[in-house]
Amino acid sequence: MEKIIVSSSPHIKDNVRTSGIMRDVLIALIPALIASVFYFGIRAAYITALCMIFCVGTEFLWQKIVGRPVTICDGTAAVTGMLLAFNLPVSAPWWICLIGSVVAIVIAKQFFGGVGHNFMNPALVGRAFLLASWPVIMTKWTKPFSTGFIIPADVVTSATPLAILKNPEAGALPGFLDMFLGKLGGCIGEVSTAALLLGGIYLVIRKVISVRIPITYILTVAVLTFVFPSTGLSAFDSMMYNILSGGLFLGAIFMATDYVTSPITSRGQIIFALGCGILTFVIRRFGAYPEGVSYSILLMNVVTPLIDRWTKPRPFGNTKTKKGGVQ
Amino acid sequence: MAKLTFSGGIHPSGKKNATKDKPLVELAAPEVLYFPLGQHIGAPLKPLVSVGDRVLKMQKIADAEAFVSAPLHSSVSGKVKDIGMYLNHTNSKVLTIVIENDGLYEEAEPIHTQSIDDLSPNEMRRIIREAGIVGMGGAGFPTHVKLSPPEDKEITHLIVNAAECEPYLTSDRRVMLEMTDDIIGGLKCLMRLLNLSKCYVGIEDNAPEAIALLEEKVKGTGIEIKVLKKKYPQGSEKQIINAICGKEVPMGKLPMDVGCIVINIGTVAEIYRALAYGIPLHRRIVTVSGDAISNPSNLYVPLGTPFSYLVDACGGTNEEVHKIIMGGPMMGIAGVSLDIPVVKGTSGLLLFSEKYTRHEEELNCIRCGRCVNVCPMKLLPTTLDMYSRRGDIEILIENNILNCMECGSCTYVCPSKRHLVQSIRLGKQKINATRAKEAKK
Ligand code: SF4
Ligand code: SF4
Repeated sequence: MEKIIVSSSPHIKDNVRTSGIMRDVLIALIPALIASVFYFGIRAAYITALCMIFCVGTEFLWQKIVGRPVTICDGTAAVTGMLLAFNLPVSAPWWICLIGSVVAIVIAKQFFGGVGHNFMNPALVGRAFLLASWPVIMTKWTKPFSTGFIIPADVVTSATPLAILKNPEAGALPGFLDMFLGKLGGCIGEVSTAALLLGGIYLVIRKVISVRIPITYILTVAVLTFVFPSTGLSAFDSMMYNILSGGLFLGAIFMATDYVTSPITSRGQIIFALGCGILTFVIRRFGAYPEGVSYSILLMNVVTPLIDRWTKPRPFGNTKTKKGGVQ
Repeated sequence: MAKLTFSGGIHPSGKKNATKDKPLVELAAPEVLYFPLGQHIGAPLKPLVSVGDRVLKMQKIADAEAFVSAPLHSSVSGKVKDIGMYLNHTNSKVLTIVIENDGLYEEAEPIHTQSIDDLSPNEMRRIIREAGIVGMGGAGFPTHVKLSPPEDKEITHLIVNAAECEPYLTSDRRVMLEMTDDIIGGLKCLMRLLNLSKCYVGIEDNAPEAIALLEEKVKGTGIEIKVLKKKYPQGSEKQIINAICGKEVPMGKLPMDVGCIVINIGTVAEIYRALAYGIPLHRRIVTVSGDAISNPSNLYVPLGTPFSYLVDACGGTNEEVHKIIMGGPMMGIAGVSLDIPVVKGTSGLLLFSEKYTRHEEELNCIRCGRCVNVCPMKLLPTTLDMYSRRGDIEILIENNILNCMECGSCTYVCPSKRHLVQSIRLGKQKINATRAKEAKK
């Protein structure tokens, strides 16, 4: 009886762990990866693997150098790597992957104290940095089925539907079914709405995410683009093009739901997702750049601490203030 | 019928199958019994006996003059062997009366001999105090105090807590199945005492046999069975009030402030035995379970029996014991030794092997919100955790840390395995320490 452990209650715990949650996120991203390999060739998998290795490797090296405990086993760096890759064009060179990974892991995550302390989504910070620094590389959209090997030689490029909406001369709009399945130009992971949806359903079933953020976000964009259609499009077409392209599903299901950088309460999450939707609409419609999901989520990440303050739950038994928000 | 519940909470695996269908087994008293004096909330007791005295079974051996207190009775006849400092259920050494069992079980006079129907409310309260009855759920609050609300507080709801939401524990269930008549008799008295025509018994839906049996027996008595959804912590006072009558006890207030009195079902049976037969509280039901126990059982144990006797009665252990838990696994206290005796509040004794005691590394909070969603008090456990560690008392108070009931739901769900309750408890201690310092100035 020498080994009696005296510890604080509770003495039993649920077996959900951070690493298990991250594993579920990785699993949920696999259908989109398969779709991407199908449309863009094996290079999509190569870029994804590169980003994951670079992110995990950067985290490992950084934590070794500064002498912090190494946390690569929690799976968050792997998820960041996968999401970063999903936000790159398939034609991206290897060094883009490396720089994006270093920015994501070191600047966006470790500078703030590691997982849980960063206030912006690391993968999105990486992408935003790359987009600002190498806009040409980052917007070279490969046409589906035009590559298939490790190095795309003379890729046929195609404009994304959102770019075409902005500038009709850029090309012809694809059909809705093609867009739903993923046969369109775009980043590695964003093209197949169907595959992303499958992953999203998996995450909801596994209780990793709730439907609040994705549904609110997508519905907000849908309603706004329906009520205020792009010039020359019917309300319905405008809505469909906007929700089926440009990474809305990728962002709404996998990035706006990032625990660390989104509000903690249910009410806060709805406000957050509404904000993302409105900003996405505004950027797409009035901004110079056709895409809006990444910047919207990053902007809402910044106001998340504020939203958390406004949406504190009303404590049980606090009969004085009927609503939350007491500071 | 829609099942009643509260908002928040968790669904740990019930683990009740090992003992739920096992009838009570009466445990014979050991040769030496230990009666620690601090078994209740309230004024400390003074021994009424001295070393060398002979005591009878059910004889009062310690009491206090104060109203908020509950006397202690011997569970055997025998000789007072020692009055000294021994290990108790809080893992500390406290003043304890040690009695050597003479095996005769010679009984003291009953604490009253009146007919139960002639008792006035005040006589009932006096008898309940005299019988040493405290909440059998574990908190140890003297029951007669609960039943004596101030004049200005009108009591409209008597709620009997039979939710037994802690995993493993099945003592309330056995009380319902095996002491049904005591419960109904006790409730009739309590309704008369409080001048109510109705009362409610809240039972979780995982005890259908108990629900069916009680439903059958309460017909025409004014006792109403309320079926509650199985969810932890359904048996917390404020949560069961919320589930049954929709009321919210304001922060820092008591159930009686919203007209409610909540009594544990085991306590009701004890009340009946005191009122009907003059028997004081001197035994209790203890669920002995956990993966290291060979034959998990529900034992009816004389107070003062050391845990090791209970373990022997259950066939001993089948694995190396790494943890001893007094109470349930969610809120129970880890004990240091099997020498600790059963007290009035010992609802369970759980022995766990290494499998259940593995240490897991604490990771950073990933802000997943799970703790916030399950907190039945609607607090922000992760925020409280952060500021407790920093010791930022003002922010902790602003965030209602004192409202935390330490139910453990937040720690249970945290995927980063953060010790939330532990650090919240620390935060509360820091507040108390600061307040005590200020009071001194
Ligand atoms: S459950 Fe744990 S990881 Fe999730 S928000 Fe609460 S403290 Fe953080
Ligand atoms: S903060 Fe307190 S009341 Fe809320 S879940 Fe944690 S232990 Fe329970």
